[in-house]
Amino acid sequence: MLIFLNHLINGISLGSVYAIIALGYTMVYGIAKMLNFAHGDVIMVGAYICFFSVSSFQLPPAVGVLLAVIACTALGIVIERLAYKPLRQATSLAVLITAIGVSYFLQNGAQLLWTSNIKMFPSFFSSEPIALFGGELKITIAAIVTVLACVVIMLGLTWFTGQTKMGKAMRACSEDKGAAQLMGINVNATISMTFAIGSALAAIAGVLFCSVYPTLTPTTGSMPGIKAFTAAVFGGIGSIPGALLGGVLLGIIEIFAGAYISTQMSNAIVFAVLIVVLLVRPTGLLGKQIREKV
Amino acid sequence: MKRIRLSKTNRINFATYGGVILAYAVLQFLNGGGMLSSTIRGQLVPICAYVTMALSLNLTVGVLGELSLGHAGFMSVGAFAGAVAAAALPITSDPLRLAASMVIAALAAAITGTLVGIPVLRLNGDYLAIVTLAFGQIIKSIVENLYIGIDDRGLHASFLENRIIFRDGGRMILNGAMGVNGIAKISSFTAGFVLVMLVLVVIFNLVDSRAGRAIMALRDNRIAAESVGIPVTKYKLMAFVISAAMAGAAGALFALGQNTITANKFDFNTSILILVFVVLGGQGNMWGSILAATFLTVLPETKAMRGLADYRMLVYAVVLILVMLATNNPTIQDFINTKFRKKKKKGGAVK
Repeated sequence: MLIFLNHLINGISLGSVYAIIALGYTMVYGIAKMLNFAHGDVIMVGAYICFFSVSSFQLPPAVGVLLAVIACTALGIVIERLAYKPLRQATSLAVLITAIGVSYFLQNGAQLLWTSNIKMFPSFFSSEPIALFGGELKITIAAIVTVLACVVIMLGLTWFTGQTKMGKAMRACSEDKGAAQLMGINVNATISMTFAIGSALAAIAGVLFCSVYPTLTPTTGSMPGIKAFTAAVFGGIGSIPGALLGGVLLGIIEIFAGAYISTQMSNAIVFAVLIVVLLVRPTGLLGKQIREKV
Repeated sequence: MKRIRLSKTNRINFATYGGVILAYAVLQFLNGGGMLSSTIRGQLVPICAYVTMALSLNLTVGVLGELSLGHAGFMSVGAFAGAVAAAALPITSDPLRLAASMVIAALAAAITGTLVGIPVLRLNGDYLAIVTLAFGQIIKSIVENLYIGIDDRGLHASFLENRIIFRDGGRMILNGAMGVNGIAKISSFTAGFVLVMLVLVVIFNLVDSRAGRAIMALRDNRIAAESVGIPVTKYKLMAFVISAAMAGAAGALFALGQNTITANKFDFNTSILILVFVVLGGQGNMWGSILAATFLTVLPETKAMRGLADYRMLVYAVVLILVMLATNNPTIQDFINTKFRKKKKKGGAVK
């Protein structure tokens, strides 16, 4: 039972990281209707920036995270401005390929700048876990921080999209860009803002992911990127609570499949569950059912 | 003398066949004269395999109009089925063994394609893309945990862990994540050329048939096609399975030209690479796919790119982004049109 609880906690913690990454995917998809394949690599860039500011420049971790967030936000805006904005009218496949190009660019740029040697990400949290039930149940500080960060981000985003002017503009754009423009909403600025928020979240996710899995290479971001992306689809792409639900479920399934079925097959099981969910509910768990019009 | 008039499609088709034959003849000639560098010579079989992959994916993306992000999965199935078949088949003649292995690989990939296609093709658009991505990952995981060996009683397989107990003279063929080692290199450039030609014949004839028109009708407007009585699942599955079978044959061709193959070779990045060939070459445009696959496979190996050494993948990424921007941005398109269209109009009066 306690082992089960331990796995559950690990699953929720990993799932929270996926959920934060998935938010970036889901918000961009909701507004720009594009799959931003470069998102996973923004995570990697964020993790590297945090790594260097802490280990090379001896800055405190909080400053490192802040720098990573600022750099990734800027990176997200620049990518959107240079690569995606010129393709607003293009087919979704063209945008997808461009996103893949950006992803290659970031990976190879990182490899040139920082070499492909594995960097050991420093652990920011004390490795001494909190022991409950006489040491049977161990919760690491990293897990608690991850889950808390996820909850705070989720509440913050829900407030932001629901209450602020910019958030309302975002929802309007995702509903109908043309109508939003007619109502005086600056659609381009709103899309840039979405990319900025998504990339800032990616930086935080990168730091959290690397605190749990400390090996940092230029391809670190791609697998969590793909998984978070399936998490976003799993929960219903375009929906913020869906990203949370999808991410956490995916994390739990991955940890449980690895623990109880087979470690080697855990990725396959995660994807198999995704397929089953999509076949039963093609729009994901919390996605909006869109009626097809002729 | 009465001139035989060919339709525009036929002219393009024959030009494509001709181009491939010409390219084969020239390369064979250069190769015979020893004028090809060893890197290019080593790339000949992979080029044919990637061209076939691009053509087969173009059938799914360009003709059927569905985005598949797991095409390397079928290549993987074909590669490992082909490698196992080549190691197990008691045929002494290399070309025959290669042909038989490729047929078995194509069948294995077609069966996988059917199994994947039946559930997947119920979905549309981006969701279909995600599910094919997921299937690509699942196939990779399965192959990485599959062990196949052979002894005098026949083939033995086990899953997840190696439980095969051999009698005398038994040996492993597929060793889980280690892949297949010590493959007899029986693929040849000629075999690759024949495969590319066969695939072209199949695709051009399919596109020009009743089934092909039904498939394209589904692409252009599924609801309209359905309302005039075209069975959606049947034709979607047909295109998907044919595409998978071709990818399987390409996988076998590729695998049998390598010393070692592992499941890692056929991951998500490979699927994406092939998609890049298709999109750069133009969806539905077969000769475009051939050109794009050839150039992008050779490009990183050429002297000019080698000179860039570490920067070549970065340059590759930038080229990819710039090409997409140049071909899809309305402003740039207008600019190109105003600068170059005049010339084209003069020259383009042939129509």
